[in-house]
Amino acid sequence: MSILIENLTHIYNQNTPFETTALNNVNVEIGKGEFIGLIGHTGSGKSTLIQHLNGLLKPSSGKISINGFDITKKGVALKEIRQRVGLVFQYPEHQLFEETVYKDVAFGPTNLGLTEEEIDKRVKESIELVGLSFKDVKDRSPFELSGGQKRRVAIAGVVAMKPEVLILDEPTAGLDPKSRDEVLSQIKILHDKYKITIILVSHSMEDIARLVDKIFVMDHGNLVLTGVPKEVFSKSEYLESLGLGVPQITNLMKKLKKSGKDIKEDIFTVEDATQEILKLIRGK
Amino acid sequence: MKNIIEIKDLIYEYRKDGDEKIQALKGVTLNVDEGEFLVVIGHNGSGKSTMAKHINALLLPSGGKVYVKGLDTLDESKLWNIRQSAGMVFQNPDNQIVATVVEEDVAFGLENLGIPPSEIRERVKRALKAVGMYEFRKKGPHLLSGGQKQRVAIAGVIAMKPECIILDEPTAMLDPSGRKEVMDTIYRLNKEEGITIVHITHYMDEAVSADRVIVMEDGHMVLEGSPKKVFSQVKTLKQLGLDVPQVTELAYQLKKEGILIPQDILTIDEMVRYLCQS
Amino acid sequence: MLKDITIGQYYPVDSIIHRLDPRIKILSTFVYILSLFIVKDFTAYLYPVIFLAGVVMLSKVPPSYMLRGLKPLFLIIILTFSINIFLTKGEVIYQLGPLDVTKEGLHQAIFMGLRLILLIVGTSLLTLATSPIQLTDGIEKILDPFKKIGVPAHELAMMMTIALRFIPTLLEETDKIMKAQMARGADFESGNILNRAKSLVPLLVPLFISAFRRAEELAMAMEARCYRGGENRTRMKELSFHTRDFIASVVTMLMIGAILIDRFI
Repeated sequence: MSILIENLTHIYNQNTPFETTALNNVNVEIGKGEFIGLIGHTGSGKSTLIQHLNGLLKPSSGKISINGFDITKKGVALKEIRQRVGLVFQYPEHQLFEETVYKDVAFGPTNLGLTEEEIDKRVKESIELVGLSFKDVKDRSPFELSGGQKRRVAIAGVVAMKPEVLILDEPTAGLDPKSRDEVLSQIKILHDKYKITIILVSHSMEDIARLVDKIFVMDHGNLVLTGVPKEVFSKSEYLESLGLGVPQITNLMKKLKKSGKDIKEDIFTVEDATQEILKLIRGK
Repeated sequence: MKNIIEIKDLIYEYRKDGDEKIQALKGVTLNVDEGEFLVVIGHNGSGKSTMAKHINALLLPSGGKVYVKGLDTLDESKLWNIRQSAGMVFQNPDNQIVATVVEEDVAFGLENLGIPPSEIRERVKRALKAVGMYEFRKKGPHLLSGGQKQRVAIAGVIAMKPECIILDEPTAMLDPSGRKEVMDTIYRLNKEEGITIVHITHYMDEAVSADRVIVMEDGHMVLEGSPKKVFSQVKTLKQLGLDVPQVTELAYQLKKEGILIPQDILTIDEMVRYLCQS
Repeated sequence: MLKDITIGQYYPVDSIIHRLDPRIKILSTFVYILSLFIVKDFTAYLYPVIFLAGVVMLSKVPPSYMLRGLKPLFLIIILTFSINIFLTKGEVIYQLGPLDVTKEGLHQAIFMGLRLILLIVGTSLLTLATSPIQLTDGIEKILDPFKKIGVPAHELAMMMTIALRFIPTLLEETDKIMKAQMARGADFESGNILNRAKSLVPLLVPLFISAFRRAEELAMAMEARCYRGGENRTRMKELSFHTRDFIASVVTMLMIGAILIDRFI
């Protein structure tokens, strides 16, 4: 078990008139090396949840363990947590501050108190990991890179801390389709090759459908639905009632089924849909 | 139909640190009809934003001409007429709201134009109602969602009674519900008030019901036409690193497999209709 | 934590004080501050205290809300109080270790403490009961006569509006960047002063960069909406005097008049 969340509750401004329950008794189990998609509309509690996993917020009640290590226990050093869980915020390029890409990526590992050698190794590794050439970018200022490159440098800065769990909050927000695809495929490589547990927060059902093993759905501070994409996307009416949706292609398959076609509904990618429709046409 | 915007062989050059000259626009020619809903797509750095800023005279041509309602943007004496006629909405909703109260912000442009106070109040009220933000008029902008802020920004522009609004990726920083709010608002202004819209976006689904789509790449306009015509060029769009709607991609894949299927399917309903009749 | 600072934030209710012309409110506040410095003995404090109490009551701002906003300033009040109580020479009435508490010191400490509290409550009431935009409008109008001698009244007012507009945005941004850097192992809380100052670099650099980017974008957005300085600009809400403004001026004048009579006659 990679992440175990038990009865996690978080109340903002407790005991004041502005008291709001942001998380209500959330229970989650995430296996080692799983790729999780976390969805829910703005204000559903997603951000509050992921900030708990990184120790930025303390639970009002409940417990979180990462690979058996209880991060909510009293007296746990934050360094311990950050080494285990990496968190990439929305628009992470806004956190860049050093003169060179190298120095910026080295910031996290340096804070962990690693040796010079180890830092050097990790910086090199993580810059290559996000698909940039170490040689080309290491001495450049992060501020003169393109939007997509900046974002990847920022992600490298977290990857360099070698977390066991990597959480990304809408890593593709505001990027154009090309940069979006590049960033997503790098994340997939991190997962497939390096077996990092990944939690991806995204509004794009198409991206979620393409990438993740399991989906968690949040609404009003509750975890309302979990399951593999097949299970979750089969409840399209429910998702819509939460202000969410399903991939366009899934909607198409549902409509075809409704008009009496003998067709599978649980399809989320264009590739699968092509095969299914070919079967339908050729089967005639 | 009359052209409200005429862009002729537009070239824009700037100097980057020192002497290296960069051409952001390399000769773009484009006319926009009155009342048209035009969508501009293309990836970052393709010149979309640069072109948009020329329509509002925030940038001036290095070569070629831009006319708004027949007024040359190089004519300084017409600058304020041009900016009033062609309003502009930007990407980051936070960085275009000036005032600390919603209605004060909507009034900002009108105050700049020197409109009398009683008329300002009337126009602010109408503009806020048109974007469905009237009940928020006394709120501070920092208390609003991204979609709401963007609607306030739109209200600030339409209060100035422009003939045309240019929106530079107004939905890029919004969540799906914010995006929908903004798109519904823009479409309503186009259909009901007859305002010409030039909408720049990365989201292809925002382009499918436009009157016309143009695709920019490396300072050139590379594709132009109805959404059906443009999106049927799946291969070209993919080469440019752009998306197509999933059903359009499906049609493309099916054709590759030898199925006879029209390539200009854009919506689920069209696809269902096609598959059910065959 | 940064969001807890409520001092000077507008409290949006509808009261007669809220509706007063901002110019009257600003000028009355000045007169009130002036009066606090004219007062030389405890009994004369009665006038500004009654004046303030009346205004607070009419403003409908809950006193508890006001006091909560003052919390960050308690330290200054206590400091002023302590300095006065221990450092004034005179008749010793109590000894606290090496420090002498004198009769004069006690008197002075209470006197100065009271002045400071009245000062803070009074001025914060101005911003609590006046929306930022009205405040800047008021300042612009008050400075208007000085335009001829080169005071950029409009520019000052516009700068103030924009500053007020972006305070919440930048606070939120600070919070975000701080969290992002903490997730990268930054430590803003421990270490000596030098280390702490150094640890602020990862926070301040991105904050400045973002502030510059925002400024640039805002300037462009303002230009796109035909902004061209204060010339020929109209206002949605023209300021105008009403009977209540007249009454407010008279009351303020009566207060400072009473203090002056008390002091000099």
